[in-house]
Amino acid sequence: MPKSKKQRQLFYLMPYGLWLLLFVIAPLILLLFQSLTTQNGQFTLHNYALYFSSGTYLLMTFNSVWYALLITIITLVISYPTAYLLNQLKQKQFWLLLVILPTWINLLLKTYAFIGLLSKTGTVNNFMSLFGIVPQQLLFSNWSFLLVAAYIEIPFMILPIFNSLAEINPRLEQASRDLGANRWQTLRRVIMPLSMPGIKAGIQAVFIPSLSLFMITRLIGGNRVITLGTAIEEHFLVTQNWQLGSTIGIILIVAMVITMIFTRDRKHSRKRG
Amino acid sequence: MRKIITSIMAILVIILILFGAQRYLSSKTGTNVSSDKVLNLYNWGDYIDPALLKKFTKETGYRVSYETFDSNEAMYTKIKQGGTSYDLAVPSDYMIQKMKREKLLLPIDHARLTGIGNYDNRFLNQSFDKNNRYSLPYFWGTLGIIYNDKYVNAKDIQHWDDLWSPQFKNQIMLVDSARDGLAIPLITQNKSVNDKSRADLAAAQAKLRTLMPNIKAIVADEIKMYMAQNEASIAVTYSGEAAEALNNNKHLHYIVPSEGSNLWFDNIVMPKTAKHKAAAYAFLNFISEPKNAAQNAEYIGYATPNKKAVALLPKAIRDDRQFYPNSQTVSHLQVYDDLGQTWTERYNDAFLEFKMTQR
Repeated sequence: MPKSKKQRQLFYLMPYGLWLLLFVIAPLILLLFQSLTTQNGQFTLHNYALYFSSGTYLLMTFNSVWYALLITIITLVISYPTAYLLNQLKQKQFWLLLVILPTWINLLLKTYAFIGLLSKTGTVNNFMSLFGIVPQQLLFSNWSFLLVAAYIEIPFMILPIFNSLAEINPRLEQASRDLGANRWQTLRRVIMPLSMPGIKAGIQAVFIPSLSLFMITRLIGGNRVITLGTAIEEHFLVTQNWQLGSTIGIILIVAMVITMIFTRDRKHSRKRG
Repeated sequence: MRKIITSIMAILVIILILFGAQRYLSSKTGTNVSSDKVLNLYNWGDYIDPALLKKFTKETGYRVSYETFDSNEAMYTKIKQGGTSYDLAVPSDYMIQKMKREKLLLPIDHARLTGIGNYDNRFLNQSFDKNNRYSLPYFWGTLGIIYNDKYVNAKDIQHWDDLWSPQFKNQIMLVDSARDGLAIPLITQNKSVNDKSRADLAAAQAKLRTLMPNIKAIVADEIKMYMAQNEASIAVTYSGEAAEALNNNKHLHYIVPSEGSNLWFDNIVMPKTAKHKAAAYAFLNFISEPKNAAQNAEYIGYATPNKKAVALLPKAIRDDRQFYPNSQTVSHLQVYDDLGQTWTERYNDAFLEFKMTQR
């Protein structure tokens, strides 16, 4: 075989390269192109001007970031102790499986299950009525939206944190205790910094999809929470203004890239310092 | 290495040949079904009694290939791209106007129709298709209010303005649609639901905003499920959705305010890609027969525009003022026009801003 190693590598890269080109790069270029044209196909910055001059869209952007942030904080606060405890258990792979299990179920089904739980005649209210509490309005509130969104995202936060905790050499913990650090100091100074990559991966995996949630905002939030996902859906399906829809899509992508940079850069600087 | 490359090239060539052959075949016969005794019907999901399709095949010999869509926009895109050639499709009113304007429809030759006299004149000759050149009505319906008699007295909710009553605080579910949401304040302000004045639209939006304290949620198709589960006491939605909700909860009632509302149509059209015109006309005549239209209306639960079919329906359905409102109310109903791109966006932006109103 006369081919050099480099050529062979290139050949093996081809399927993935093609995939990347067809389903990642080409759509991104199309999206960018659409956002920069009018409906007649002429070049324009009008869509961006419209976006940045509209109070509605800016408020929606703020809403998206704000709720994504809340969802991320809630999942992080629940996930870190959970992942830490899971690591101490004997059958940790089994317990981890239980955490992952809900991701095997379709998102829409899980959402509908929550409607059954939270509705006025639902399981939660029925249970509460045993104690003489009158049925409460649980659906269509910011809280129910946050609850369901956090429930759906939790496995994606637990998994990376669990993996990074599992990789920490248990001797480091023992050494820290030997050298006189108490439990809290060990956690704060040894375990947490070492599991930082997992936390950052978890934040990326939760924050980024949360930015563009849209179905739950209507089904559970009753459109009380309006995010950019709602606007994109509307522009592609109802008004058929794909140009403006693409513009909002591009802005979401930029927001995601910023999140990626933000959660990666700090890791490098920490290593240097 | 060379072997792998040649085999991959061979596979690519085969794929290209197959693709070309498929394109050739489909351009020749029009669809996935190659026989000539076929009718390609493109309709909403579960929007015809399946027994009727069997009966049609038995009577005429045309086999029906039934494909479904779930939104006018999805249907429009597929017909415009022209990959599959449907002989008949069932779009709603404003979409017919749009398709007509973009020359996606074939005119219907009335000389080949046998049952046009069976239709109620009130539902023919609508603004979206004058003289029914391009379409025949299939079903019609309204926008209205569902209420639950366990929580609401019938006398308290008879008109659109009743929705603003303080006693309904945080109790109303509104359908998530810009046209319908804004139609309500427009009607209460004696304006057309197709109003194209910025001042009127702003006034309608302002009035709708004052409804916000009463609104529990703005949702879509889920309304029928929520209402059946007693989640809310009042909802604004279409008659078709209401019919399903009412079936599942006997405390629910549907009302069309007498001062006016939206009148919607799903009409049968012949897309320009139609290949089996004889089959299409055979179906149009088949579904216009009162007996068949009545059977279909009983199965689907929507209101039929076929006057002779209405007479064949059981009395309980025929006299149900919820779904067959009296002629005075019908005369106040308004059909949505296609507003065009600019105004569609203005309506949607106004509704989006309303949804963003803080509660």
